[in-house]
Amino acid sequence: MQKVQEYNPEWPSVRPVAKNKKVLAKLSKDKWLYVLLLPGALYFLVFKYLPMWGVLIAFQNYQPFLGFFGSQWIGIGNFKDFFINPDFFRLLNNTLILSLYNIFLFFPAPIVLALLLNEVRKTFYKRTVQTLIYVPHFMSMVIVVSITYVFFTIDGGFVTQLVEQLTGHKIDFLTSLSWFRPLIVLQTIWKETGWGTILFLAALAGVDAQLYEAAIVDGAGRWRQLWHITLPSIRSTIVILFILRMGSALDNGFEQIYLMTNSLNRQVADVFDTYVYFVGITQGSFSYSTAVGLFKAVIGVILIFGSNYLAKKSGESGLF
Amino acid sequence: MRTNTWFGRIFDGFNYLFLAVVSICTVIPFIYVVAGSFATNTELTQRAFFLIPKTISFSAYQFIFSTDTLLRSALVSVYITVVGTIVNLLFTTTMAYSLSRKDLLGRNLILNLIVFSMVFSGGMIPTFLVVKGLGLLDSLWAMIIPGAISAFNLIIVKNFFQELPKELIESASLDGCTDIGTFCRIILPLSKPVLATFALFYAVGHWNDFYSALLYINDSAKWPLQVLLQQIVMLSQGSIGDPSNLDPTFVKPPDQSIKMAVIVVSTVPIMLVYPWLQKHFVKGVMVGAVKG
Repeated sequence: MQKVQEYNPEWPSVRPVAKNKKVLAKLSKDKWLYVLLLPGALYFLVFKYLPMWGVLIAFQNYQPFLGFFGSQWIGIGNFKDFFINPDFFRLLNNTLILSLYNIFLFFPAPIVLALLLNEVRKTFYKRTVQTLIYVPHFMSMVIVVSITYVFFTIDGGFVTQLVEQLTGHKIDFLTSLSWFRPLIVLQTIWKETGWGTILFLAALAGVDAQLYEAAIVDGAGRWRQLWHITLPSIRSTIVILFILRMGSALDNGFEQIYLMTNSLNRQVADVFDTYVYFVGITQGSFSYSTAVGLFKAVIGVILIFGSNYLAKKSGESGLF
Repeated sequence: MRTNTWFGRIFDGFNYLFLAVVSICTVIPFIYVVAGSFATNTELTQRAFFLIPKTISFSAYQFIFSTDTLLRSALVSVYITVVGTIVNLLFTTTMAYSLSRKDLLGRNLILNLIVFSMVFSGGMIPTFLVVKGLGLLDSLWAMIIPGAISAFNLIIVKNFFQELPKELIESASLDGCTDIGTFCRIILPLSKPVLATFALFYAVGHWNDFYSALLYINDSAKWPLQVLLQQIVMLSQGSIGDPSNLDPTFVKPPDQSIKMAVIVVSTVPIMLVYPWLQKHFVKGVMVGAVKG
């Protein structure tokens, strides 16, 4: 470190000066471009990179009145606390189970729906169906959960009443431990299945019609056409989206889970994101909750790069 | 194109029927909520399910608008949507344009930093502390500035600018236009359709945003509609409506229809722009799917 600052008479040789001048000329030529760049650059610096540096409070015992520089450094204590906390396995469990529910129950839904829509030959009918099934995508999570409340509430919700009439049991869906996950998946299916068909439909629209004609000439029925032409044409879209989904296995959607969480279903509802909120913002344990968030973020990065690697291995183009 | 077999026809019949059922199931919850918000007390308790109320009653709407709580929240939502979208477009396009110029020094470094911020983020608490440190807590700007740029949108807009013919920029600079002049007079007018698409993306995001209000806004006078909706429907709080402001004979409508009416009010703006949303968003998804 010391050496760099030492005076060295040979150092400012001719070439770097010329280079520096060139750089300066270029900079001054582009000065207005840098003016345009400035607001965005400041935004990323302050709201993206400052927090990245701020994750260091995970290694502190951060006290708001002492500030970042006054708080005591305690190494990996917060992480240790988190890993020996029984909450850790509960969170991991809840997060992964919800992801598995989503992968097995929600993920195939748009594919099936897109394949069915693709079989519709009447354009008007197809358009109408698409217009209707895209609607929920634009609703906020608050609306989706509100509608869920209206239907499933114990006092007079339509579904609750229906179930009571059919089975004789009054189920409180919204606070029930066993109904939490099914409701979450149901919401996701209702909100995103229609929208999820777009990418597949686009891939299906790109299939050369001649392939089908040739197949028909060769005597292929509809199943054979589906199996040998349609499915292979959306294979890479499916693989990419599946790998992306695996890469975000720890992301369950903060708003949805938060809104569906109540004091009675915390046992199954808590996931990493909402736990960070409850412990950090509500209870004010900034350092501990940052450590939890950092743990999740690091695993998330590993999963994304890992899944991208897998995508490339499987012959797809990957994300980056 | 398709063989017309016996099996094929039966399959088609079932397929059309199935898709009809799926579409109806998708929209029926909305229709039920709208119907319920206009229903009378007796009808809500007596009929289990209906899509058209026998007698139309506006009492739920009279009630929720009898105090200005709902109106104030709606205004907050409109404000953050309008101002927020303008800020988004300003920040996104300026940065996207300067990054679309391939000879800009430091461009690759900045692009890499932006992509990295999509993969790894400081997370909720450090971001909260930054917002708090800037004194933005309980300010409407807290719902606008921390999300001023979506890195994903930025990169798509940058790729779009890159596709524009270079000759336009060169000729403008030969004619003595500065880079800012080129940006305002040539680039922006050429990208109106793209800007409209991204304006919609951002506007829907702001209207539906719950997260930043939850984190940064404690003052109930500054709650946007989404938070008020949560308070009323999920927590049965957030005092809304006051019968004493209305006719003395006014009977307070049941909670269920009040909740439905608030849901309807928060949904209407989205439904009004839905035709444009559908068109632009489908296009936007396709743009995003093309790697740049």
